[in-house]
Amino acid sequence: MIEAVGLTKRYGAKTAVYNLSFQVRPGTVTGFLGPNGSGKSTTMRMILGLDAPSHGQVTIGGYPYRKLPNAPRQVGALLDAKAVHGGRHARNHLLCLAQLSGIPARRVDEVLGVVGLQEVARKRSKGFSLGMGQRLGIAAALLGDPQVLLFDEPVNGLDPEGILWVRNLMKSLAAEGRTVFVSSHLMSEMALTAEHLIVIGRGQLLADMSVGDFISANSADFARVRTPDTDPQQREKLTAALTEAGGQVLPEQDGGLRVTGLPLPRISDLAHGADVRLWELSPHQASLEEAYMRMTQGAVDYRSTTDQRAGLQQQLPPGAVPQPQLPVPGQGQHGWYAPPPPQQGGQPFAMPQGAPAAPAPGDANPYAAAPQAPAAAPSPEMTKRSEESR
Amino acid sequence: MAATQVLRSEWTKIRSVSSTIWTLGLAAVVTIALGLLISILSKNDYDNLSREDKITFDPTFISFAGMSLGQLAMIVFGVLVVSNEYSTGMIRTSLAAVPQRATFLFSKIAVATVLAFVVGLATSFISFFVGQAMLGEYKAQIGDPGVLRAVIGGGLYMTLIAMFSMGVAAMLRSPMLSLGILMPFFFLISNILGNVSATKKVGRFLPDQAGSKIMQVKTPFDDDTPYGPWGGLGIMVAWTAVAVIGGYVLLKKRDA
Repeated sequence: MIEAVGLTKRYGAKTAVYNLSFQVRPGTVTGFLGPNGSGKSTTMRMILGLDAPSHGQVTIGGYPYRKLPNAPRQVGALLDAKAVHGGRHARNHLLCLAQLSGIPARRVDEVLGVVGLQEVARKRSKGFSLGMGQRLGIAAALLGDPQVLLFDEPVNGLDPEGILWVRNLMKSLAAEGRTVFVSSHLMSEMALTAEHLIVIGRGQLLADMSVGDFISANSADFARVRTPDTDPQQREKLTAALTEAGGQVLPEQDGGLRVTGLPLPRISDLAHGADVRLWELSPHQASLEEAYMRMTQGAVDYRSTTDQRAGLQQQLPPGAVPQPQLPVPGQGQHGWYAPPPPQQGGQPFAMPQGAPAAPAPGDANPYAAAPQAPAAAPSPEMTKRSEESR
Repeated sequence: MAATQVLRSEWTKIRSVSSTIWTLGLAAVVTIALGLLISILSKNDYDNLSREDKITFDPTFISFAGMSLGQLAMIVFGVLVVSNEYSTGMIRTSLAAVPQRATFLFSKIAVATVLAFVVGLATSFISFFVGQAMLGEYKAQIGDPGVLRAVIGGGLYMTLIAMFSMGVAAMLRSPMLSLGILMPFFFLISNILGNVSATKKVGRFLPDQAGSKIMQVKTPFDDDTPYGPWGGLGIMVAWTAVAVIGGYVLLKKRDA
C-alpha cells in the first residue's frame, strides 16, 4: 500500500507536484497517467525517497521509504531502463543490486530467466536495445520478490510480444496480492492492464477511480443513428422525435446522427413510432484514450502547433490554385478527441452534468468534483508557463 | 542494512567495469616507467651536478618522479568510480536500494580506496626498486633512514589522490566537470603555484604539494617548508576529508 498525503514538490519557482493525495492498494494494477511533464516521474522518485518532498509525505506500508526496513526486499522499481552502466554485464548489474539486500546470486539467474535475458546475461548492457533494457530493469525490480512494485513506462520500446508479457506479468503480480503501480503513455495498454487509475495533470490530481468509472465519467457514450440517405425528411423527423423524448441529437458530417441521453431500444422504438427506417443503430463506447484526452486537455504543457513552414513553401507558378490543405488529426487543433464542450468557455474536462447516459452520476462519485479544482487554482507560474508553451 | 552487503555490492560494481583495470593499470605503468626513465637520466647526469645538489641527491624521490603523471590516472579512477553512477543514472537504482546515503557513499569510497591503496603501494615499491636498480652506485637501500617511510608514503599519496578525486566527483557529479577541474589543477596549476616564488607559500599547502613531501628522504638546502613529511601528509588527509565530507553533505541534501 502506497499512500501520499498532500505531496508537494517545488524546484525553485517551478511546482512539479502540488498537494497530491492518493492511495495505491494491493491486489490491483493501478495505472498512473498524465501528460508529459505532469509530475509522474517526480512522484515516483518521491515514493522511492530519491527526491525529498517540499511538503506532505508519501509512505509505503506506513513508513517513509528511507525508514523502510530492508527496502529492496519490500519495494522493487523500474525508473529508467537506460540507467545502467553500459560496460557492465547484465548479470553483474543484477548481482550488485542483489548483494545490496543479501539476495543470493541464484536469484539473479532466476530473474534473468523470468525476463528472458539468459542468452545475453554475460553481454555488456551497452549493446542492449531499449526493449532489452526494459527487461533488465524489470528483472531488477523483481529481484527482491517485493510486495510493492513501481514501473515507470515499462512497455516503452518493447515489441508486441514483450508488451503482452508485461501486461500479463503486471496482472499476475497484482493477483498475488502485490501492490503494482504503473505509469504509461499508452492508453490502450493501460485500459487492458490497469483496473484503477490515478490521473494527474500539471502536478495535481485529476482523477482517482476505476478504469470503467473514468471512461464513463469523462466521455459521453453515444448512439450512432443513420437514416436512409435518400430521404432527408426522415432524418428531420427522427431528430424531432428524439429531441421530444429528451435525447440530445448532434448531426454528423456523413449524415448520421449522434444521440446521447437515450438507450438504444428506446431510440429504436421512437423511430418505429415515427415511422422512420434506420440504416444504422450502433452503440459507441469511448475508449480510455478519448476519455483521457478529454480530461487532460486543459493540463497539457507541451502542445503541438500547426507547422506553418514559413519560408519553406515553394512559390506557386502564377495562376496556379493552391491545393487545399486537409487538416491532420491532432495537429494544432483543440479538442480533436472531444465532442463540443457543453458550454462555451466551460471547464476543459467536462464531468457528466446532465448526461443521463453516464452510469455513474457525478454526485455519487467522491472524486467527480476533484477535476475542477486544478482548472480553478493553478499556481501563477504554471499558468504562465503553459501559456508560453502554447 | 548491513554495511558488509553494500561493500560486497560495491566490490562487484568496481570489478565488473573495465575502466577500473585501465585506470589503475595505467597509473602503475606510467609511474613505474617514467620513474625508471628519470632514474637513468639522473644517474647519467650525476657528475654534472653542483656540490650542494650532490649532497642532497635523493635517489628515493627521483625514483618516484613518475608519480606526477601517474597520479593523473589515479584521479581518473577516483572520478569515474563515483561519477559513473551519475552519468549512467545508476545512482537512482543504487539509492533506491540503499536509502541510507551515508552507507552507500562511504562503502563505495572504502572499496575504491582499498583497491587504490593496494595498487598504489605495489606501484610505489616497484617504482622504488626499479629506480634504484637504474641508479646503480648512487642508489638508496630500503633500510636507510626514512626510505621505507617514503616508499609506503608513496602508496599513501596515490591512495589519497584517488580519494580526494572521489570526494570532488561526489560533489560535482559530472565526470567531465570533475576531470576538467582536477586534471589541469594537479598537472599544471599546482606545480606553477608551488614553483613561482610569489605563490610558493600558498602553493605548498595544496594537497599534492604537501602530500608529496612524504616521499622525500633528503630535504633540499633552501627548503623552508614549515611541515615535515608526516605533517605534509596530514595536510593532504585534511584536504581529502574536506572533499569527502563535502561530497557526503551534498549527496545527503540533494535530490538524486
